[in-house]
Amino acid sequence: MADQNWPLYEVFIRSRSGLSHKHAGSVHAADDQMAIDHARDVYTRRNEGVSIWVVKSSEIIASDPAESSALFEPAADKIYRHPTFYEIPDGVENL
Amino acid sequence: MYTQGLDQQGNKTEGPEPVESAERLAAFQARIDDEEKIEAKDWMPEAYRKTLVRQISQHAHSEIIGMQPEGNWLTRAPTLRRKVILLAKVQDEAGHGLYLYGAGETLGTSRDQMVADLLSGKAKYSSIFNYPAITWADIGAIGWLVDSAAIMNQIPLCRCSYGPYARAMVRICKEESFHQRQGFEIMLTLSRGNDAQKEMAQDALNRWWWPSLMMFGPSDTDSKHSAQSMAWKIKRFSNDELRQKFIDVTVPQAEFLGLRVPDDDLEFDQETGHYNFGEINWQEFYDVLAGNGPCNTQRMANRQKAHDDGAWVREAARAYAAKHAADKAA
Amino acid sequence: MLSPGIEQFRMNKEEALISYLLRLGDNALVLGQRLIEIVANGPELEEELANANIALDYLGQARMFYSYAGELEGNGRGEDDFAFLRDEHEFKNFLLVEQPNGNFADTIARQVLFDVFYRLQLDALILCSDERLAEIAAKSVKEILYHLRHGKQWLIRLGDGTEKSHQRITKSVQKFWRYTGEMLSGDELDDAMKKEWNGPDLKLLKDEWRKEVAVILNEATISLPGEQWMAAGGKQGHHTEHFGYLIAEMQYMQRAYPGASW
Repeated sequence: MADQNWPLYEVFIRSRSGLSHKHAGSVHAADDQMAIDHARDVYTRRNEGVSIWVVKSSEIIASDPAESSALFEPAADKIYRHPTFYEIPDGVENL
Repeated sequence: MYTQGLDQQGNKTEGPEPVESAERLAAFQARIDDEEKIEAKDWMPEAYRKTLVRQISQHAHSEIIGMQPEGNWLTRAPTLRRKVILLAKVQDEAGHGLYLYGAGETLGTSRDQMVADLLSGKAKYSSIFNYPAITWADIGAIGWLVDSAAIMNQIPLCRCSYGPYARAMVRICKEESFHQRQGFEIMLTLSRGNDAQKEMAQDALNRWWWPSLMMFGPSDTDSKHSAQSMAWKIKRFSNDELRQKFIDVTVPQAEFLGLRVPDDDLEFDQETGHYNFGEINWQEFYDVLAGNGPCNTQRMANRQKAHDDGAWVREAARAYAAKHAADKAA
Repeated sequence: MLSPGIEQFRMNKEEALISYLLRLGDNALVLGQRLIEIVANGPELEEELANANIALDYLGQARMFYSYAGELEGNGRGEDDFAFLRDEHEFKNFLLVEQPNGNFADTIARQVLFDVFYRLQLDALILCSDERLAEIAAKSVKEILYHLRHGKQWLIRLGDGTEKSHQRITKSVQKFWRYTGEMLSGDELDDAMKKEWNGPDLKLLKDEWRKEVAVILNEATISLPGEQWMAAGGKQGHHTEHFGYLIAEMQYMQRAYPGASW
């Protein structure tokens, strides 16, 4: 076997319960447990986490930047989806 | 760092690589000028990608090689408190190298490749780490001078136009904030200690001062990469600006320590509000860069040995994973 | 008949606790010191961080044991006095932890053989009658559980990896096996600790250690070493030749500049 890097994993950390996992970075690891351990050793040295997810980078399916205008721009003018679109007269509360 | 599946490169059926038309380049520059971040999968000019890979990997290599001079004192640290602090710092350097290789990998160059380039001598690392850490005071001087020079270089990089690099730098700068302080604390303790300790501190400053100034790189007029990197917002301040800033903040700290900065031409210029300083020996800089510094061969030999010694371990882990991949699927 | 040793410990219960704390501290410090020798030499970057985390845990534990021992002793000695100003024969660590790093398989084998014991020892100490030691043990055992997770998995990977790694880790386990005896057989201090402070029962620990190690070695496809001659002496301050160099290097600054603060 050629000396090549262990597979790359992306690391997601939950910083405390109640929050969602957030991408922290990546590690190389030969297997899944090693990936969790490496993520722990690399990304939680300063108490940054209470839970870790790792996933092989090659397993991530990402949107293509070339299609970003088709994917994301149509949402830009649907301003009626936001509460600030609506006018509420002064004096009306709890709305 | 978010990567673009390295294994799958070349498998895409997107048609030919888009050409670097003037229009495309202009649109790219416009994004940069608007302070938009460039992300891994976005289109970018090849030269931008190459510049980043060169700079990021060089930065990563510096962290890894930088573990050696300080690692040299881990086993001899004078107190247990100093020992754990130094170990945490050297560990951070490994971590920072790791974050940076990760950022480099998002550009499509594997860590293997970057490491191979370091070992073959193709890629460089910061020359400062080719100087020896001879006494305990050197650990103080490295933290105080080398880390503060590094921080000055690194803080602007947190706003670098390339997202994964900028994010890595944010994390690094946050973690490094203690590095400089622990160095200053060591120097302070020594400069308030006995004569031998004071002498040790002064000797360390004498040896580390000029190499620290060289860390900012050649003068702007001689720096071949500066202008384009500034336009791409990979770099935000010139070498000379950062060097001046470093001198301006560090000289008063040396005075506080009661140590003498080894530069006869150093004087405060009331008019400009900056320190004037003596001529830097650029010949020494280029010599060390070319491999002729006190520790170049030793640093590289150590790195090569660690890499070679680890090969069978890395292979064993791969073999074990391959054998047991089936268990998991079952 | 009681040996004079036991008589002595019975007379001075607190001294037994101090000596025991120093032993715990010595094991942690010496192993931590060994691990920092290999910083920047790890087989992969991620393992650099793992090794440093493990070493930091041991050094932190040593500081807690030493500080507490110093407080009990009441002569003004602190962690650095114990670490840097005692001579070789005053260190009472196991011979196992002072053994040189060798290759990665050696480091892992030494680690696992010790940590399986140390975990059991700390678990037992959580129940001891000295509150402060019980607290330190409770805090430390969490760290050791992680070390074990890391070390065990590596031992298994190497044992069940390539032919070369299998040979190397097998050799390492065999090489260090002779140093496991003194961990598992009690001396007067262990007896006093058990009697006076409800300390670990080494007879029980020995069985559990053997069981646990057998399971790991089995999974690593390594055969359990047979009964053999066991080296001893570390607990009494009689060390292997390697140890003198370790402390010479570690103590250099404090010895070269007596009385200075750092």
